[in-house]
Amino acid sequence: MERPGRILAWSLGLTVLLLAVAVTSAALGPVRIEPVTVALAMLNVIVVPSGVETGTWTVPLLEWAVPRPTFEYSQVFAFEVRGSHQTIVGDIRLPRIALAATVGFGLAAAGTVMQGFFRNPLADPSIIGVSSGAAVGAVAAIAFPALVPIGLQSAAFAGAILTAFLVYAIATEGGRTPVATLLLAGVAVQAFLGAAISYMLVHSGESLRQAVIWLMGHLSNSTWNDVGLSLPFVLAGVLVLGAFTREMNVLLLGEEDAHHLGVDVERTKLLLLALASIITAAGVAVAGVIGFVGLVVPHIMRLIVGPDHRILLPTSALAGASFLVATDTLARAGPAEVPVGIVTAAFGAPFFLFLLKRREVHAL
Amino acid sequence: MIDVLDLSVAFGDVSVLEDVSLSVEAGTFVGLVGPNGAGKTTLLRAISGALEPDTGLVAIDGTDVHALSSRESSRLVSVVPQDTSLSFSFAVRDVVEMGRTPYRSRFSPPTVEDRERVADALERTGVERFADRSIEDVSGGERQRVILARTIAQDTPVVLLDEPTASLDINHQVETLELVSELVADGKTVIAAIHDLDLAARYCDELVMVADRRVLERGPPESVLTSARLARAFDATAAVTTNPVTGSPVVTALSGNARGGSKPGGDDANVNENAPARVHVVGSGSTAAGVLARLEAADIDASIGPVAETDVAAETARQLGIDRLSVEPFASLEAETMAALQREISRSDVTVIADLRIGAGNQLVLEALADAEPLLVVESTPFDDRNAAGEGARDRYERLRSRGVRADPETVVERVLDVCDEYSDVDSTAPDQHRPIESDDD
Repeated sequence: MERPGRILAWSLGLTVLLLAVAVTSAALGPVRIEPVTVALAMLNVIVVPSGVETGTWTVPLLEWAVPRPTFEYSQVFAFEVRGSHQTIVGDIRLPRIALAATVGFGLAAAGTVMQGFFRNPLADPSIIGVSSGAAVGAVAAIAFPALVPIGLQSAAFAGAILTAFLVYAIATEGGRTPVATLLLAGVAVQAFLGAAISYMLVHSGESLRQAVIWLMGHLSNSTWNDVGLSLPFVLAGVLVLGAFTREMNVLLLGEEDAHHLGVDVERTKLLLLALASIITAAGVAVAGVIGFVGLVVPHIMRLIVGPDHRILLPTSALAGASFLVATDTLARAGPAEVPVGIVTAAFGAPFFLFLLKRREVHAL
Repeated sequence: MIDVLDLSVAFGDVSVLEDVSLSVEAGTFVGLVGPNGAGKTTLLRAISGALEPDTGLVAIDGTDVHALSSRESSRLVSVVPQDTSLSFSFAVRDVVEMGRTPYRSRFSPPTVEDRERVADALERTGVERFADRSIEDVSGGERQRVILARTIAQDTPVVLLDEPTASLDINHQVETLELVSELVADGKTVIAAIHDLDLAARYCDELVMVADRRVLERGPPESVLTSARLARAFDATAAVTTNPVTGSPVVTALSGNARGGSKPGGDDANVNENAPARVHVVGSGSTAAGVLARLEAADIDASIGPVAETDVAAETARQLGIDRLSVEPFASLEAETMAALQREISRSDVTVIADLRIGAGNQLVLEALADAEPLLVVESTPFDDRNAAGEGARDRYERLRSRGVRADPETVVERVLDVCDEYSDVDSTAPDQHRPIESDDD
């Protein structure tokens, strides 16, 4: 069989591309650093756990103390890199690049799933209101921090998951969730949440600017902590999705056909929706609403590798990671940094229109 | 193998199937026939487990299909859907491989059996040739075979097909049904909704006629496809003959509703009480054949002649079991034949002239018709194109035409009933005269 080989070759190629984009991105900025130095500095960042210490962690709000293992890490490599360069690459640029890659990876994977799930080329990860829900949580946390004591990222994540659950619950009747109802429920809930966001923005006062920047998607001031929050959800989610690629293919034939081919349609739909929502929420919670990655990247990859999810899902995810790292590099390259959501939309929308005019995205 | 018990399905408050019961033996090819909207697709969907019935039970091999998981039922029943348009550029081979989904485990690669089944399905259907092309780039007929290949790869004891031949050309229709017949020969049980009655009759072991939300009739094609049942199910006038090539029933739908507008499903009570006991047809060609078919469909006893044995009207009469007075083509009429014609005309309540061709040999027929009463004239070709016997024959024909009642091929049954009404009070027995027969060869 040549298919596993093809999947592996494409995935490896796109991983190499991602690394190349990451090194290039880390080399660019106010301080230019040689790519070789960048690569060495990046290797220096790699750590492995070398010891465990058990401490305690207090659950917010509930004041519960839970035992929590703390790992000690040690560096794998110790290349000679000038201290300031090591700091710039390892502590400033690399966390941002890693977060961009994580978010891009997750959004493109979730977009692939949603487009297949809805059999609709205009579907994107936020189609059932996940991003709007995250935005409500985030804007509430920014504008009224006293009312939302759980912090911005938790609020955004909770808002996203609650919205996805709400839309699913609205659209489900008698154990069935028709895709069209889900889509319409998503649109209606998004409109409602949009009104809530606008209301909060009007009354946000001093924090308006911060809220607007969050809404446009941003990766500035990213820390390794952000990466640590987002990456486990995204990686685990995409891995589980990877086990359901055959079901995704069969679902493309229509739900009744899928049932006749042995796919438990409603259960699979719920699982795909839940995973895509968690992945999207984990990305949006740390980076704000970044559009077009989840819409355009799966389309481009579908044109290149075809509709088979077994190859489409990994390649879309990897390409999404490269795409967001590259666009974020552009976002911070100018004299004044712009939110990355503006760059992805500015490049993604015209490209999408170009594809549309060439009539290549009329069908999935 | 398949047992459907008291199945009822309604969409909202529209009832689609009511108390349908049906059992199908293992290894048979059953065709579902019936008019559009009769519930064939709904019945198939209920049997496949895709549609939960409101009441009733569907059991396959003794198991309730609606209690099975998708995976379990997909190892028992495979379905070839009506709409097989795929708008994704999957390779044909990938689509066929999807047939193995019910047997694959999530993390292991395809087994040897999976591969063999797919290879076998590709080969049997002749799909191998274009297995690497995109499903979007193959023709409708090829796509249908891809879906059949998928079903073969799925390898289930029961196969359901919804209009597998709709939108295929005649060659692909036959090819598709031959393939399905092979599956039946392998021991699979097949139920297929088939629009084309002739194809259904030709390939199916049994037909189930679904009409008016229930099973109207089931049995071998010859017993299900009769004019009367077709009239009930389809509200159509149709003649059933035998295909000379395959020997299976052939249904020819004729224009006009069943029995001059009687209701579908209506009983014989609706038949006109003045309906003629017998109609004699004199004529030839497709016009006469059409008249015979309509009379037969309306359950009116008919006879035809003299007619050349090679004529299409004679063939139709033979197929429909209608008495015919046959003669050698182009031969002169013999005294015996003329006497028989006189007898037929006098026995009949109505005589119909249908595109009668006049040659040197049969001019005497016009004389015999001179006394026929009442007389109906059906024409679809001008007389001059049918006359090879000159002015004399023309005059005699014109006389018949002017006193006869004119009728279209489509309305002949109504006209026959009309003239019977008019003559019902009058003694319409034709005079039983015996005329001298002369040979008039030139």
